[in-house]
Amino acid sequence: MSRDKILNAAKQNKPALVSLPELPSFTYAANDLVAAFTAAITKAGGAVTLLKSQQELTQKIQAIYPDAQRIANFIAGDTASNKELLKEVALLDVVVLKGQLGVAENGAIWLTDKDCVERVLPFITQHLILLIEKETLVGNMHQAYGVMGRQNPAYGVFIAGPSKTADIEQSLVIGAHGPRSLQVFIVEN
Amino acid sequence: MNTPTIPHPEAAATFLKNKERVQWHDETLWFVRHKRDKIVQEIPEWEQLRELASQIKDHTLSRLDEYLQEFEAAAISNGVTVHWAADAAEHNRIVHGIMQKHGAQKIVKSKSMLTEECHLNEYLEAQGIEVVDTDLGERIVQLNKELPSHIVLPAIHIKKEEVGEIFHQHLGTPKGASDPLYLALAARAHLREKFLAADIAITGVNFAVAETGAIVVCTNEGNADLGAHLAKVHIACMGIEKLIPRTEHLSIFLRLLARNATGQNITAYSSHFRKPVPGSEMHIVIVDNGRTTQLGREAFRNSLKCIRCGACLNTCPVYRRSGGHSYHNATAGPIGAILAPNLDMRKNADLPFASTLCGSCTDVCPVKIDIHNQLYQWRQVLTQEGYMPAAKTASMKIMAGVLSSPARYSFAGKWARRFLRWFPSLALNKKLNPWARQRELPEPPKESFREWYKKNGNK
Repeated sequence: MSRDKILNAAKQNKPALVSLPELPSFTYAANDLVAAFTAAITKAGGAVTLLKSQQELTQKIQAIYPDAQRIANFIAGDTASNKELLKEVALLDVVVLKGQLGVAENGAIWLTDKDCVERVLPFITQHLILLIEKETLVGNMHQAYGVMGRQNPAYGVFIAGPSKTADIEQSLVIGAHGPRSLQVFIVEN
Repeated sequence: MNTPTIPHPEAAATFLKNKERVQWHDETLWFVRHKRDKIVQEIPEWEQLRELASQIKDHTLSRLDEYLQEFEAAAISNGVTVHWAADAAEHNRIVHGIMQKHGAQKIVKSKSMLTEECHLNEYLEAQGIEVVDTDLGERIVQLNKELPSHIVLPAIHIKKEEVGEIFHQHLGTPKGASDPLYLALAARAHLREKFLAADIAITGVNFAVAETGAIVVCTNEGNADLGAHLAKVHIACMGIEKLIPRTEHLSIFLRLLARNATGQNITAYSSHFRKPVPGSEMHIVIVDNGRTTQLGREAFRNSLKCIRCGACLNTCPVYRRSGGHSYHNATAGPIGAILAPNLDMRKNADLPFASTLCGSCTDVCPVKIDIHNQLYQWRQVLTQEGYMPAAKTASMKIMAGVLSSPARYSFAGKWARRFLRWFPSLALNKKLNPWARQRELPEPPKESFREWYKKNGNK
């Protein structure tokens, strides 16, 4: 059986035990996490807007995407109309979701399957809006995994920008298969 | 593809015929290397990250059998079906078996160098199944019936006008359309239909976490996620070396991977798949295909630490000027030249010689693989095993004879200087001397240093 063959070969051919290094706690130098996060997301082709409170959200969405027909807003929208929209998930114009935390160093936002509502939503929509609370910003990936701790979701994803490709002569094109834009709202509360 | 293998120097010579293209290929890859250098300097602890990544991988390899079992047990308890494949043929049979079980006809695949290594597409096509590569670069080369020429940038060798022509033929875009944005959006529309209709999605694996049984897939396009979430069945194919012990180690590798690969902070998506959605299936195929053999070769074990960032390709002066296809192996460039002879020494004996041994590959490796040392060691192994090209063996024997005797060396030097002066065309004859093909020789000196020293040394 291949399983035993592979495991036996790995056991026989592996080198003497090398110890696992301890991970140091890398601190993040920049003080202004919002500024660093904004710079990282902007560099990756996304945009950041600061909100004083979550109440401003609906109005901001309309201002940014005035022509959007099918908006599934899982933060402010009512559940029944969202469920109706999800029946034809491929036609969604805008999906609004809440992320658990943002990483200043690279602009990555962490969402689990529960935050995504359906796993495919942040990928299939034409435009994605992610909302995070300012206090959830961390400096780097080490701190991010530290905060996430042992939550160990069935599915989780760091999203750090809109979908993009540079496969044709290294020309950056925003909107490969997934969202053609990413708008991040940071709520100051 | 089952075409006869053309040795690297010959294939490179064909690529080098188009001087403009070589220049462009060289500059494009150097641009990526440059982006990498810039972003790496933004991280003060960069060298520490490389060292940690290297140590974590060393540790994992030293307990590989245990971590594989830990990973398997966790994945099974997550509701994932785990398969084991000793070689490429078994990998392909397993994947095909899952398709047969579901009567699947429509398959979408995101980038996986392992499935390239196993020639999965070719195998499935022979069984009457069409696999659609969904990474844009992979789709371009697939439509053009080529293989990827780079780990991270599969279509780096193709110009936008050529992409336009490929899309005109296969996707019906207007003739002459060559704007990257236009072409990428045409591919988006074409591939969205494929995603929505797919029965099964195949993805690769960037990292597999032993303690949780999760696999992590990194893409910029979002194609792995669109495929895996829309299809009822997700098959993830991974080499045994993709393991890392714990979730927290991802923080190190995700900081290194995209920065070193393309000069980005992180890929747009870093997806952690642990459990299938209730009602759908997730399969993981764990593949050996020569990796445990390489684990036992002390000199080449380090190559199993590779996280496939492609930086050694981008920086390699030989790769940049010879093109990925000249390496006749799924993984091209310096790292590919170490991995390939492990799979087939006879077929790939030329590849470790496709290097200047300048060490630039080693300098940029995010997990500190001593790539140029391993290439040098492969040359010795291949020579001992009798796989060196005959011409090289003969000339090396002559050289050994000359260099082992000071008298012969001095005699040979004297006559070489004379011959070069009398018949310079002999040394520059590009047929007789392949080394001279891309080089001009300086004028030979009139005397050797020894002769000069005899005359002038005591003055």
